Amino acid sequence: MIWVIGRREFIAMFQAPLAWVILAVIQFILGYMFLTNLDNFFLLQPQLMALQNTPGVTDIVVAPLMQVAAIILLMVMPLLTMRSIAEEKRNRSLTLLVSAPLSMTEIVLGKFAGLMLFVLVLVSMLMLMPLSLYLGTSPDSGKLLSIYLGMLLLLGAFSAIGLYLSSLTENQTIAAVGSFGILLMLWIIDWLSESVTSGQSLLAYLSLLGHHESLLEGVFDSSDIAYYLLLITGFLGLTIRQLDRERLL
Amino acid sequence: MTETLIQVENLSRYYQNHRAINQLSFTLKAGEVLGFLGPNGAGKSTTMQVISGNLAPSEGEVKIAGYDIIDSPRAAKSQLGYLPEHPPLYRDASVDEYLGYCARLHRIPRPAVKAALSKVKAQCGLESNGARLIGNLSKGYQQRVGIAQAIIHDPPVVILDEPTVGLDPIQIREIRDLIRSLGSERSVILSTHILSEVQATCDRVQIIRAGELIYNASTESLNNRHEISCRIALRKAVNIEELTALAGIEQAEVLGDERYRLVFAADVTPDALVAHAVKQQWGLYELIPEQQSLEDLFIELTQHELDNAI
Repeated sequence: MIWVIGRREFIAMFQAPLAWVILAVIQFILGYMFLTNLDNFFLLQPQLMALQNTPGVTDIVVAPLMQVAAIILLMVMPLLTMRSIAEEKRNRSLTLLVSAPLSMTEIVLGKFAGLMLFVLVLVSMLMLMPLSLYLGTSPDSGKLLSIYLGMLLLLGAFSAIGLYLSSLTENQTIAAVGSFGILLMLWIIDWLSESVTSGQSLLAYLSLLGHHESLLEGVFDSSDIAYYLLLITGFLGLTIRQLDRERLL
Repeated sequence: MTETLIQVENLSRYYQNHRAINQLSFTLKAGEVLGFLGPNGAGKSTTMQVISGNLAPSEGEVKIAGYDIIDSPRAAKSQLGYLPEHPPLYRDASVDEYLGYCARLHRIPRPAVKAALSKVKAQCGLESNGARLIGNLSKGYQQRVGIAQAIIHDPPVVILDEPTVGLDPIQIREIRDLIRSLGSERSVILSTHILSEVQATCDRVQIIRAGELIYNASTESLNNRHEISCRIALRKAVNIEELTALAGIEQAEVLGDERYRLVFAADVTPDALVAHAVKQQWGLYELIPEQQSLEDLFIELTQHELDNAI
């Protein structure tokens, strides 16, 4: 059932032009960034040759690329997630799902599955660029996997937060602005930690992108994975609760 | 065919402090078409939403085919097809895509979806529109897609909330025919504020006012009530006493110009009156059965509240 809803959501995204435009724009910008990074790598290469234990092509080209991708997607994901529930509320088509023999959990997980399918397509397309490096050199496959996983988890967290905000309102713009606000806040929350000593580790722990960085470096820390999984479960739980609550109002 | 499919008991529903439904109880038997009638804002849609599980009841319980909508929502909802006031359509999807999705949502196995789809499209007259986008269809066809969505999984109970609003007369007639054909094999609750619709399609009528059930009877008995009173016109003036003396006439009233209004006792035909009039050479030239139509009843019942309010 989750899969049925997820598939429908995924197809619906591509029935509107927004998904295509987002994929195209991101691919174009990051393609350009990729070439720039590659160019830098060629400039640095002679100096790197001289050093011992040098950063490889994955660290210099791929990791910064994905860091930029994460920031761009932080701004773009709210545009994708805003419609998922808010639009159905506005069109009153949520009734279709609620009247069908489905639980709220199935509905929300279905919506999330649809977003994750899109994320999978998006990240896989981005990963084609690092994969093209295999043509000329030998990137670190372990690191690439870790980066791939990191992107999926990060965007999963973006989606779960966006989905929750979308369930709070009928207005898509409000959903988008709201989730953008939360994502941005979760990104910059550890900036303060440099000047504040108490609670520093907590603020740093809450930061969305901080956990992402270690995965970009190829460090597979289970606490980072747990952070994302907790965030995703938490916001999905809130979404289910919100939709259940609306039946009582 | 006397199985009870919907059982609503002491149902109340509050929106904050506003009471939309108050202690509503009724049942729906298998194979029955129930007309749910009431002025706007009487609580019709709220009742439909509660029965379909879209709103939680504040008090009371709803059972669909024996399953409680709160305790076992999944089993209850699988027995139900629901067309809300605003059909829940995806404008970007084609009719086939949309109905296929609805079929899958109602757990019709994938191989059976195609058959269910062509069956329901034939029922709702959508055969030639399968590939069109729902957003491009006319209102009448969108309404048909909405009905198709409600019956695709062959539910024993179908709830239709104002299915003919905003349609042209021809479309209304088509939708009514469709509802009647549904009623032959399923139980249907039809909510509406159009009275002729109920008379044309329903077996039983319930009138709801300010959240309370104020009338519940079969449309047949409603139709039977019609012949009870008559207006007559005579060429010759007669005394009221002469009229009331006739067997079977309970009440008579002078309307002026040798016109009278007569109320007959139940199950009495005006035969005796006509025979008497001929014998006495009254010159009876008009005998009009006075229909106490659903409309009169509706206005009588629902106006009551307005008068009290003023």
